[in-house]
Amino acid sequence: MRPFTYTRAKDATSAIKLLAENPNAKFLAGGTNLLDLMKEDVERPNALIDISELGLTDIKTVTSGANKGGLSIGGLGKNTYAANHPLVRQNYPLLTQAILAGASGQLRNMATNGGNLLQRTRCPYFYEVSMPCNKRQSGSGCGAKEGINRMHAIFGWSEQCVAVYPSDMAVALAALDAVIKVRSTSGQERSIPIAEFHRLPGDQPEKDTNLLHGELITSIELPQNRFADKSYYLKVRDRASYAFALVSVAAALETQGNKIVQARIAMGGVAHKPWRALKAEQMLVGKDATDANFKLAADAEMADAKPLEHNKFKIELGNRSIVLALQMAMKVGKA
Amino acid sequence: MMDEHESPELTDDEKRLFADLMPEDLTEILDTGIHRRHFLKLLSLAGGGILAAQSAVAEQLLTRPLSETVPSDLAPESLENAVNVAFKVNGTSRKLTVDSRMTLLDTLRERLDLTGSKKGCDHGQCGACTVIVNGHRVLSCLTLAASCEGKTVQTIEGLAQGNTGATVRLHPVQEAFLKHDGFQCGFCTPGQICSAVAVLDEAKNGHLSYVTENVRQSTGPVKLSNEEIRERMSGNICRCGAYPNIVAAIQEVHSGKPVEQVFRSV
Repeated sequence: MRPFTYTRAKDATSAIKLLAENPNAKFLAGGTNLLDLMKEDVERPNALIDISELGLTDIKTVTSGANKGGLSIGGLGKNTYAANHPLVRQNYPLLTQAILAGASGQLRNMATNGGNLLQRTRCPYFYEVSMPCNKRQSGSGCGAKEGINRMHAIFGWSEQCVAVYPSDMAVALAALDAVIKVRSTSGQERSIPIAEFHRLPGDQPEKDTNLLHGELITSIELPQNRFADKSYYLKVRDRASYAFALVSVAAALETQGNKIVQARIAMGGVAHKPWRALKAEQMLVGKDATDANFKLAADAEMADAKPLEHNKFKIELGNRSIVLALQMAMKVGKA
Repeated sequence: MMDEHESPELTDDEKRLFADLMPEDLTEILDTGIHRRHFLKLLSLAGGGILAAQSAVAEQLLTRPLSETVPSDLAPESLENAVNVAFKVNGTSRKLTVDSRMTLLDTLRERLDLTGSKKGCDHGQCGACTVIVNGHRVLSCLTLAASCEGKTVQTIEGLAQGNTGATVRLHPVQEAFLKHDGFQCGFCTPGQICSAVAVLDEAKNGHLSYVTENVRQSTGPVKLSNEEIRERMSGNICRCGAYPNIVAAIQEVHSGKPVEQVFRSV
């Protein structure tokens, strides 16, 4: 690991100031991804500002603003705390399931909610510094596009980058229309809808998100919804636990009788950001919740997929996963 | 732990052993204690079976802390980005000056002589370095020592009660691992045990897992099926594949009822 200065931040204002004045500084929260990348020499900050003791861990009902009645989840709270919190379990079980599908008990005890959003890709070409990677070193090329790309994207990739975004939590947040609250150097807060938080690679794959240097994620807000009765997070991976997704699906339905009033579907492991399956959702609204309709919706979404040499299997897998996740959401509702 | 700057006094048996095996080094050993190269020589002799006849004395020597290996504290001026940190390890307060890059794992092993926690992958993928910080299991290889200010760390060395000989009472999870043969090579075992101890607490506190059926059900202690134990322990890899025995050991402590010893039922 390269040398860096370490500073324990006393409060959010001074932490933001310290970060903003040094373009090579980084916030340290759980450290589960950052320290690993520093050991691999992928991340090379010359200063770490430890924000883990700043507070910003509360989970509470939103009392004002656009998401009034929804839930606010502290950006520096631990994943374990969020997944097990009674208000999350009761009203957003999809988020509980998604968090618990990720990593291991040890890592979830360390990882923060804000840090989870900022995880970097696990593309092996990004991790291996002797390989070309436009995300790690702009303009060096993409090793994965013509390389081993079994784990890579089937939606939204560019010639510059075919990596996928690794978080499970964020896939549930995408389905739940979460809003990311961030504080900047001026002390002002801004709200970024989850759909605009992460980016597709385009010709700037080095930029994972639209967060600016010097901005701190203070909380994640979830609007109220009627999905708690019928939602499911399905994760398909190479082993039963403790592995990144080949494909994952966050599915949530609101029904009247057997008619679908609203549907939310987001996918993980298929793109550079949580992939909201809007086509599938539109196909389902107003229809009966039947296996045949689930299949039509899955077909509509997966028709746009563009596989690489080694990940053609993700189209059929994604198709079946959408159907199964919707079926499971209906089943959970009946239990 | 003995003071690191003090040379261990050799017993008469040990003096005889060195006189027999490496007479050329004897004066130096008597003068300044055992150094790394003497130790390595001993190890190679042990490998060749030459020590077999004197194994009891040799074993005693080999398990002694070496005078050279653990400086009680590195001089701050030799560190590029020194950070002062004070935390509790297994009930004892520790004050250290560390390089900002130093992980909790390396601090425990290299500075505090607590080598129970193991460095397996050093990238948060194997769980061998699992320790319990402020009551939660975490990976010490991905934790900076600098970030542990004011925290309480529990390692495998701190699980048993009592210090020496007959007064030692192993933690129930340690007992169960012995009974169920929850290991082969033993390298992952300290991490497995620390993780298991925390898993049992998590279950008592009503924590969920990905395989928990209905996450909306009211909170309360969770009864762990073997499937639940496997999921919750998935962050601890065992290359020897002692998993069935590990699950049996944890299940026995969790349920409070004897579980059949897997290795006997085949």
